[in-house]
This record gives sequence, structure tokens and C-alpha cells, in this order.
Amino acid sequence: MAMVPRAAVQELEAALAAGQAVRGRSLWADARRRFMANRAALVSLAILVLIALFAIFGGLIAAWDIETVDWSALGTGAAVNGRPSFATGHYFGTDQDGRDLFARTVQGTRISLMVGIVGSLVAVVVGTLYGAVSGFVGGRTDQVLMRIVDVMMSIPFMFVLILLLVVFGRSIIMIFVGVGLISWLEMARIARGQALSIKNMEYVEAAVAIGVRPMTIILRHIVPNLAGIVTVYATLLIPNMIIIESFISFLGLGVQDPQTSLGALISRGAAQMQYGTLWMLLFPLGFLIVMLFTFFYVGDGLRDALDPKDR
Amino acid sequence: MLSYIIRRLLVAIPTILILIVISYVLMFAAPGGPFNSERPLPAQVLANIEARYGLDRPYLVQMADYVWNIVARFDFGPSFQYRDQNVNSIIRQGFPVTLTYGLWAFVVSVVIGVVLGVVAAIRHNTWTDYLAVGISVGAQVLPNFVIAPILVLVFTLWLRWLPGGGWNGGAWQNVIMPVIALAASYTASIARIMRSSMIEVLNSPFIRTARAKGLPTRRIILRHALKPALVPLLSYLGPAFVGMITGSFVVDMYFSTGGIGQFFVNSALNRDYPVIMGITILMGALTILFSLVVDVLYAWIDPKIRY
Repeated sequence: MAMVPRAAVQELEAALAAGQAVRGRSLWADARRRFMANRAALVSLAILVLIALFAIFGGLIAAWDIETVDWSALGTGAAVNGRPSFATGHYFGTDQDGRDLFARTVQGTRISLMVGIVGSLVAVVVGTLYGAVSGFVGGRTDQVLMRIVDVMMSIPFMFVLILLLVVFGRSIIMIFVGVGLISWLEMARIARGQALSIKNMEYVEAAVAIGVRPMTIILRHIVPNLAGIVTVYATLLIPNMIIIESFISFLGLGVQDPQTSLGALISRGAAQMQYGTLWMLLFPLGFLIVMLFTFFYVGDGLRDALDPKDR
Repeated sequence: MLSYIIRRLLVAIPTILILIVISYVLMFAAPGGPFNSERPLPAQVLANIEARYGLDRPYLVQMADYVWNIVARFDFGPSFQYRDQNVNSIIRQGFPVTLTYGLWAFVVSVVIGVVLGVVAAIRHNTWTDYLAVGISVGAQVLPNFVIAPILVLVFTLWLRWLPGGGWNGGAWQNVIMPVIALAASYTASIARIMRSSMIEVLNSPFIRTARAKGLPTRRIILRHALKPALVPLLSYLGPAFVGMITGSFVVDMYFSTGGIGQFFVNSALNRDYPVIMGITILMGALTILFSLVVDVLYAWIDPKIRY
């Protein structure tokens, strides 16, 4: 127990004497304070906001669109006119087809962020509810629901995702579907584990005793108490989803030209690296690396801030 | 124990069957077949080709036949894309390559990961520890398709030490970069798991007793601390082993090793369904069986596990 400063005690005393209500610190206010004290997480969050702004509004600054070919930057011109420069309007240079890399990086970043957000939204909504119901209801229902998760988890997901893309065509919607199919599984397990322990709390017992319906208990009492761990895990899930999408695009199985994504840009840039046009690789690679690291540090910071075990 | 193994098998076998059925159904749902080209084939030619591959029979018969051939004769059927090869011969050709560098990657990541983790744990909260943690965060956050181009950039383009791809019968110069690209993230995870379990073990009473007896540190680490600290690692090694043996599409594609991943991606791009399905099913079955074996081993080694 830390020593409380005398001044603070006197202040409290005065406040109580004056009959003022004292505002307690909520779990979330506590967490915010801890998160604010974590410099790596804060800096990462700021960078992430910048990247998000870049992804949303970058298209407005771009001098070129994603598919217009700059004929002067083709062939041998690539190393000269395709260079990153403000004069030509190609801030990040051009790709090997003479298209503006700035506009394409903006789009790739946007797709990566969208995939990450869709994946973690599905995980939050489906995974949390599924896990909470499974844990709270228990018994045979729990057995069946969790066995389904086990079976789905043991299927090699990357193969199935590629199958889906091959069969139903390579589109961003199909990637969302694939990511949505997998992202909630781990979350369901985590939510179930938490729900199992929350179930035995007195307040849940009290709710059962006064006849609250199970679904109401789950939504009112269990889900809110999962919020902390769900937030942490959802944040850590985003970079995983981004990696899956970029991986697929890197293999050339992702979204189709002229649409692009960071993985596709990296793959095409890497194929050109012996021709002295390294910017084609380094800009998309840099964006992906920075995004992955910042999400990692934000997630880590949130875990430190919200995980009750580390108090 | 026996009932645990049986229970796990009862889950594993249906899972493999489900996997086969899912892939098969997906293939039939596919709009357009492998023989659809820009210029439509004459109806008679198409019918002949379909008869050759047995595609003119009822779906259920085809599916039953397919499953039966795999289960009874381990025959995954012909390839649509390569006339002179069937799925089995493609697997025979690609799998040894992937197996070779997969095994190397496994050995490398376990050795380096364990050493890194143990050193970080012994030097807990010193700059060695921070360096080890920093490296492993980097290797863990960056996926192999980011690491692979960087490796080629540095070692092939700038230093000119290593060839940028190809297999060359498995010469060490060709193997080294695929191994690093594949092993990096696993090494990082192993180091992290090892570090935290070692820290925990080093703080436990029996290590204090060993210290109190005046044993030299090296002996404490090697004889007393290492073995219990390795236990939590085991459950991670199973999936990691499968992941590395089945190789990575990226490594196969990017380094043109001729491994199974390269065949898989090429088939996916060319809609060569039997090859995609064959590889999916083989890898899926391997994954499921290996995780079964590892879980059983784990339950056998660690008496604390209840099964």
C-alpha cells in the first residue's frame, strides 16, 4: 500500500465535511492514466492516427490517380522520371508500369487498415457473443460450441482462404469474408474463459436470483466485463489481419489490378529491386513495417493498461 | 491416456474429412472450370476432356471416388495443368525441398531461440536482455514476406554473398536465406516463451536451494533450470514444427525453391483444382495429426496436465 500524501487526505476531509460528492476513479479512467504514461504506446498511437489520415485524405493530395500511366516514366525512363520528386507530382515515384506510387500506397494502406478493422470488428461482435454465451450457458451447449471452434481452428486456414479466393474470384469482399471467418475463433475462446469466471460472481448470482433472463444477463453483466480484454485482443488482432491480407496479395492472389494493396506493392517492388528503382519497394515496405510496429506497441500498451492481472 | 488419444482421434478424423468435403464442395461451386479459355472449346472436345478426367459423372460419385482414392490408395488424382504429372508426383517433387529447409529452419530456430531466451532470462533487466527482447519483437512483428526482400536486398544485391533464389540441388548458399526467412518469427516466439519460463523457474525455491548449496551458475542453469523451463515450450513447438515443415508459400515463391508452396500458388493462379485440393488436404491432415502427436507427448511429459 502506497503512502497517501497528507495534503490529499486533508483535501478529501474538507470535501467530505463540505458535503461534496467525491468522484471515484473508474476502471477506464485508471486505464487511460496508465496508457498515457506509456510513451511508446502514445507515440505509436499518434503515428497511427497520421497513417489513418494519410489513408483517408491522401488521395486528395495525390497529383495522379492510381491507374493513369505516366508514359515518360516507363522503360528506361523509370530510373529518371519515375524517381520520387515533387516536380513530377510523383511524391513516392512510380511503379514499373509508370503509375503513381503515392496514390497506390494511399490505396494499399487504406485496404490494409480496412481489412484490419473489419477482422477485429467481426472478432469483437461474433467472438465475444459466442464466447460469452458458451461460457455462461455451459454444459452440453458449451461442449458443442467449443468443439466447433476447435475443429475450425485446426483447419489450415491459409489454404482455405486461398481456395475461397480462387473459387469465388479475387475481390476485397472475399478477403473480408475469409478474414471474418477466422478472426473470431481465438476471441471466442478468450471470452468464454472470462465468462466462466464472471458467471460465478455474486452479482450474476443475484441477477439470476431475481429472475433476469439469461440473454439479458449476458448482455448487461457479462459482456461489459469482457470489454477490457476484448479491447486488448482486438487491437493485437489488427496487425495479424493486415499480415494475412498482405501475404495473400504478396502471392498475387489478393485484390486485382488496378486495385492494389501493400502486399502487392511490396511484391512488385521487390521484383524490381535489381534495376535501381528501390523506392518501389521501400515506400510500401516502410508503411507496412511502421503500421505493424505501431499496432503492436499500442496493443501492448493497452494490455498493460487494462489487464487486471498486472495491477 | 488411451482414452485421451482415442478422444483426440475422434475429433481429428472427422476434421480431416470435413476439410476434404469443404475443399471438394468449394471446387464444384467454382464458376468456370480449368478448361474454360478465352476461345470456347468445341462441345465435343470439352466432353472428351471431361470424360478423360471423369468430370462427366454425377458429383456425388466423383466425390466418393475422390475420397476413396485418397483414403485407400493415397492417390490424389491427375493434374489439369501439367499433362505429364499427377498430384502425387508433384508432391513427391516439391515436398522434399520444403522438408529440407523446413527442418533446418526448425533446428536453427529452436537452438537460437532457446539460447537467446535463456541468456535474456539470466541477464534479466540488463542491456543484453533488452537487446534480445528488441530483436525478438522485430522478428515477431515482421512477417516473412517483409524479411525475405530485405535479405535479398542486403545479401544478394549489396554484399553479393548469396544467390537471390533457386535451389541448385540444395547447396548451402541457396538454402541459407530461405531458412532465415522462415525461421525468424519462430525464433522470436521461442525466445520469448523461453525467456519468461526461465525467469519463472529461476525464481523458484529449488533453484534458491541449489544456489545456497553453492553450485556454480552454469551447472544450475544446465542441470536444474533448463529442463523444467523447456516444458512450456513444447506445446508451442508442435504447431511451429508443422508450420515450418509445410513450409511457407512466400519462401517457396520468393526464392523459387521449387518447393510445394510454389506449386500450390501456381496451381491457385491457374485453377488447377486437383493440385490445390491435394496439397490442402495433405497439409491439413499433417497439421491435424502432428498437433495430435504433440499434445499426447505433452500430456505424457508434463504430469501436471490433466487429460
